[in-house]
Amino acid sequence: MKILNILISAFRALQRNKMRSFLTMLGIIIGVAAVIAMLAIGQGAQYSVEQQISSLGTNVLIVYPGSQNTAGVRGGAGTTTTLTEDDCIAIQRECPAVGLLSPGTRAGGQIIAGNMNWATGIEGTGSDYLEIRKWGIEYGDFYTDADIKSASKVCVLGKTVADALFPDGSPVGQTVRIRNVPCKVLGVLTKKGQNAMGQDQDDVVLAPWTTVKRRLTWFPYLRQILVSATSPSNIPVAQAQITELLRMRHKIAPYDADDFSIRNQADLANAATATTQILTILLASIASVSLLVGGIGIMNIMLVSVTERTREIGIRMSVGARSRDILTQFLIEALVLSLLGGITGIILGVGGSGAISSLAKWPTIITFFSILLSFGFSIAIGIFFGFYPARKAAMLNPIDALRYE
Amino acid sequence: MTGAHGGESPAANNGRLIQIDHLVKTYMLGEVEVHALRGVSLEVRNGEFVAIMGASGSGKSTFMNILGCLDKPTKGSYVLDGIDVSRLTRDELARIRNNKLGFVFQGFNLLSRTSAIENVELPLLYGTSSLKDREERAVRALNMVGLGDRVHHYPNQLSGGQQQRVAIARALVNDPSIVLADEPTGNLDSRTSVEVMGIFQELNEKGITIILVTHEPDIAQFANRHIIFRDGKIKSDRANTSPKRASEVISELPAVDEEEPA
Repeated sequence: MKILNILISAFRALQRNKMRSFLTMLGIIIGVAAVIAMLAIGQGAQYSVEQQISSLGTNVLIVYPGSQNTAGVRGGAGTTTTLTEDDCIAIQRECPAVGLLSPGTRAGGQIIAGNMNWATGIEGTGSDYLEIRKWGIEYGDFYTDADIKSASKVCVLGKTVADALFPDGSPVGQTVRIRNVPCKVLGVLTKKGQNAMGQDQDDVVLAPWTTVKRRLTWFPYLRQILVSATSPSNIPVAQAQITELLRMRHKIAPYDADDFSIRNQADLANAATATTQILTILLASIASVSLLVGGIGIMNIMLVSVTERTREIGIRMSVGARSRDILTQFLIEALVLSLLGGITGIILGVGGSGAISSLAKWPTIITFFSILLSFGFSIAIGIFFGFYPARKAAMLNPIDALRYE
Repeated sequence: MTGAHGGESPAANNGRLIQIDHLVKTYMLGEVEVHALRGVSLEVRNGEFVAIMGASGSGKSTFMNILGCLDKPTKGSYVLDGIDVSRLTRDELARIRNNKLGFVFQGFNLLSRTSAIENVELPLLYGTSSLKDREERAVRALNMVGLGDRVHHYPNQLSGGQQQRVAIARALVNDPSIVLADEPTGNLDSRTSVEVMGIFQELNEKGITIILVTHEPDIAQFANRHIIFRDGKIKSDRANTSPKRASEVISELPAVDEEEPA
């Protein structure tokens, strides 16, 4: 019996029991749709985490001062005062794997503009800060090296701060008072949204680090040094070079601990990606349980169908169907059920993911892989769960099948 | 496919289509051995119209199953059209059923919710014919049994007689050597029974060998040879020199409207 004939008779057989065929398929439809939607949600989450992490700048290293150790009492990160401007100059000069560098210091305070005010953090940075962090200016300008040298009273506002202080107009050219120091607003940063920890990255004011140091905090040391490696693959190299240089400069004995720490974004990114990957696998495995249940439904219905159609099998055998013809026929019927269910499930899953995206505002990503996986899975289920009933049909004795009431 | 009468076999066997020698069939029914056939020997020549009769339990159904290659004998040989079918495998038997045999059953055994033409095409699906060829042959077979105008009807739209005619068309569609009919009139009223027998007689006149199982002597009257089974053996085997003509019998019957279920 040719495959086309078998396909036609399989469709006819399924058509004869439309409701039953549909209900059987429903198991597979739901299973496949669930797998697709869960993979889409998981991969969407993974993508957005990766996006947020890379929004910090992918090849960024941050050097923090270490903890202060006073007679064995350790003070936690950043309590020592070891990072200086000279360290920055040395890193820039002697570490070839380091691209850009921005010294960092920090102050908090109330910012006043006219009759509006807003409390936020003031970040003192170098002129390359935006480039390292892959950030941009929405309008206006950023400060230059000259501003850094002269500790100019200028600043750049984050979007949140700009909206809070100047709800009606452009802040560029206006003056804001930071802790009573009047600073000219040079520009407004583009919106960056939340970071991976959920903090609003736009609630910030940037100013030359020298300005923050000399006019706001009078704190002589640096809170951090932001460094970009020349390429993402050079991150470990840059980290090693900086470590070696700073240990030498800070005169740390060979077996003593560093008095600084270096963090890179890659570690954070890897951890977060691993977490979301586990989440994706978990979601997909739960969904595939329903696919399995759908497969068992197919087997169940095919067994019922074989029993019901025993006489038909007998008739077919009496007119010359071989065991393998009967086997193929029932296997193809199971396969058609699972494939139709699978395709409908894929369509439903893709549609459902779109609906989740637009209603719940969750990012969803449907990959070719997840569609291929579901498709392959439904074929496998059709063959696996269809085989036993089909074999049962094929092994029937023609006389018994013909006499079956 | 050259069909029934083509090829080497009839010449090689001098027109002997069926040669059966000491056929024995024994089954186990639980712990009990049932001797359904206790040594049956028989020859059927091309173009015969044989009626097999006997009480229930006489072994005639078992005999038909073996003739129809649906069952294998325990002992003895069965040569059909030059082929010793008692030694064939399951798949080879299926092939013989497909090429050389046509079945007509008491309960019609049509696929429900399947149109007449699709039912008739069924044996061709397991052969090698093309879609177009299949359709042509199915229509031809339906025309032969006088159902050319009911090709696309479903079994539940046809009367019992018409359903049996679809079944006969299905038996004919592969140009078989033999048509085996197991109580073909058992579910039909007397007039329709005669009509069906008329069809068998017409087919027989065209050269098709027909073997018929029946327990109604009236029906057996239309055959040319009567074989009576008793206790798993042939009790008598004689020619019917004056078979009745179905066409004549029918003209003597009172006219009735053919039932037409909805």
